[in-house]
Amino acid sequence: MDKIIKLHTPLTKADMGNLNIGDVLELTGTVYTARDAAHKRMQSAMEAGLAQPVDFRDQFIFYAGPCPTKPGRTMGSIAPTTSMRMDSFVEMTFKLGMLGMIGKGDRSGFVPGLCKQYGGVYLLSIGGASAMISNQVKTCEVVAYEDLGTESVKRLGVENLRLIVGIDTKGRVFQDEQIRLYRR
Amino acid sequence: MPRVIDTGEVIGVIAGLCKKACYELSDDFVHALKDAHEKEESPYGRDTLALLIENAAYAKAEQIACCHDTGTAVVIMEIGQEVCWRGIPLGEAVDAGVRKGYDEGYLRKSMVRDPLDRVNTGDNTPCVFHPEIVAGDKVRVTVMPKGGGSENMGAFTTLVPAQGEEGVKDFVMKTVSEAGGKTCPPVIVGVGVGGTMDKCAWLSKKALLRPVGKHSPVPHYARMEDELLARINSLGIGPLGMGGRMTALAVHIEYFPCHITALPVAVNLQCHASRFASTEI
Repeated sequence: MDKIIKLHTPLTKADMGNLNIGDVLELTGTVYTARDAAHKRMQSAMEAGLAQPVDFRDQFIFYAGPCPTKPGRTMGSIAPTTSMRMDSFVEMTFKLGMLGMIGKGDRSGFVPGLCKQYGGVYLLSIGGASAMISNQVKTCEVVAYEDLGTESVKRLGVENLRLIVGIDTKGRVFQDEQIRLYRR
Repeated sequence: MPRVIDTGEVIGVIAGLCKKACYELSDDFVHALKDAHEKEESPYGRDTLALLIENAAYAKAEQIACCHDTGTAVVIMEIGQEVCWRGIPLGEAVDAGVRKGYDEGYLRKSMVRDPLDRVNTGDNTPCVFHPEIVAGDKVRVTVMPKGGGSENMGAFTTLVPAQGEEGVKDFVMKTVSEAGGKTCPPVIVGVGVGGTMDKCAWLSKKALLRPVGKHSPVPHYARMEDELLARINSLGIGPLGMGGRMTALAVHIEYFPCHITALPVAVNLQCHASRFASTEI
């Protein structure tokens, strides 16, 4: 835990292969928010053969829906939502070229296999640390599905967004290994 | 003589409580987080708890939402039976208060108008309103913004009476265990035992409003609370589910008499952003 890995976007699948579960990262660059409603629309677009609202190739999807921004601040409170609700969309987003997901909580049993297959990762942020995490977001722009309000797709410029590698490209699961250590 | 209150008066009161609840975790809760930080063995868990303690202080100082999920607004009103209302219907005034609080407070709007068509109402209404009639001529108002992640992992079952205490404890353990890290631990575990299905679920939510770790006044429920807390904190789930000792800060059990055939049990989980604010009119 002493070592913090600094990552700057753009990143590639090769960079993801270097990450291991439990690694603490500070990510600087671009991530896109998308949660339940946006994923559903992305899936409909894919099924209908329509273009996606943004090019997700080599991008990170942050499962998050922020608060409105209070005047005088850069970003409203923001932190990850429960990732498991997006599990049925993981393969679709990997097919769109996504590098990794940022969320909180454990995933379904099939998600590590998809990370291994597509060479992507699942990164953990700290759910509910939303006031502090808002300071790590420097820019925010709605890029799609504005009518969804907090659930729209937003391009965030993040600086030293602190993350822990939850599932790596070998398909290992950080939480499973940690929970085993502390179970009595 | 009844005390007459204009329902318009509650709008500003509720708006203020929505903001206060979302910005400021209670002192007893922050104290419980600090205590958990002392006891946590996992380095990841300690880091997480330290961040949450810092987050609570920062949100309060800046008057911003400590958690982005500012929840479904649960509004509880204990209305003295000597109070008489005038003005717009009370339910409308309560929703107007929630609308005002979430708008002015830059709080997230998370309500959809229909669970199936899922169009956001845009103002976080309607709230879930629980009016209760009590003695006196005062009105006690509590706003409890309830986040989705922990609420989603709640559960209800009806055991057969023969399953008794062991059945209740097994169901609580199963619910917390399956929730894992999805509820944003460390959690408070609210348990309702008895009543009917609706009453039992409501008891499990009301249990979350107790000061953290305050025991049931009934000895056998207090004993169960301690036993369950120790068992939950042996699961290894830890802060945010990343492994550790501090999975729950407290277990609170509320009970109500029930039918001879029944042993209803409800579990309502409260994430580490345990938010509520109260005042008296």
